[in-house]
Amino acid sequence: MVHFTAEEKAAVVSLWARVNVELVGGEVLGRLLVVYPWTQRFFDSFGNLSSESAIMGNPKVKAHGKKVLTSFGNAVKHMDDLKDTFAKLSELHCDKLHVDPENFKLLGNVLVCVLAHHFGKEFTPQVQAAYQKVVAGVANALAHKYH
Amino acid sequence: MVLSAADRAAVRALWKKLGSNVGIYATEALERTFVSFPTTKTYFPHFDLRPGSAQVKAHGNKVADALTLAVAHLDDLPGALSALSDLHAHELRVDPVNFKFLGHCLLVTLARHYPGDFGPAMHASLDKFLSHVISALASSYG
Repeated sequence: MVHFTAEEKAAVVSLWARVNVELVGGEVLGRLLVVYPWTQRFFDSFGNLSSESAIMGNPKVKAHGKKVLTSFGNAVKHMDDLKDTFAKLSELHCDKLHVDPENFKLLGNVLVCVLAHHFGKEFTPQVQAAYQKVVAGVANALAHKYH
Repeated sequence: MVLSAADRAAVRALWKKLGSNVGIYATEALERTFVSFPTTKTYFPHFDLRPGSAQVKAHGNKVADALTLAVAHLDDLPGALSALSDLHAHELRVDPVNFKFLGHCLLVTLARHYPGDFGPAMHASLDKFLSHVISALASSYG
């Protein structure tokens, strides 16, 4: 289980309060599909993913990105209880969506890059480290129910 | 996964922009790696790893020089990095998983310092470039 210090929790929560979940969600999911094109395999029904601009402007990508990042926001509220918080989603990703858990790590790292991009100087090594713990915790929690 | 002409052009252009600051960013990437991925510190028990450490800065400059060499030899990364690969595999014996940690922290550092340049396409080109560097560095292993 991931253990967060009081400082790490405070850093994560205070930065997250300023994240525009809709905007950042679309950005994160879009970049995942651009930087790691094989991840597009899960989104055949999303329409035009043929170029960087098509992907970043795709309304379904934006909508789904918002959904994913809202879920991440839930993680920020339950940093001490990620496995239980993501148990149902873990089952869903394994049994229905058939997503290789490796993808959770890729998404987590893209999120960290996007946060660095948006917050610049504030995204200090310490804040980054706290977020690396969160994304690793979420990735593990999402993989936990796989069988 | 091939480095396209567009990827190469993007990486070269960004490197030109970084100019003589590559060392500063490589050092920051190293610092971020040590903080976010503490297991990487096990390779540096002989270093002062506190923020501002002269040893980390010197090492950052070494990493920067290697990356600049890589950018100058995008057509033959395995060849250009073969000596470094031998070093990391046979002398330093660094587990290659650690190259990914540093590569990621480099992306984070560049995103933080060059937001205007770090669009999705550049992000993709840089990620590919670093993957190729990592591949070349790991080529002497085993």
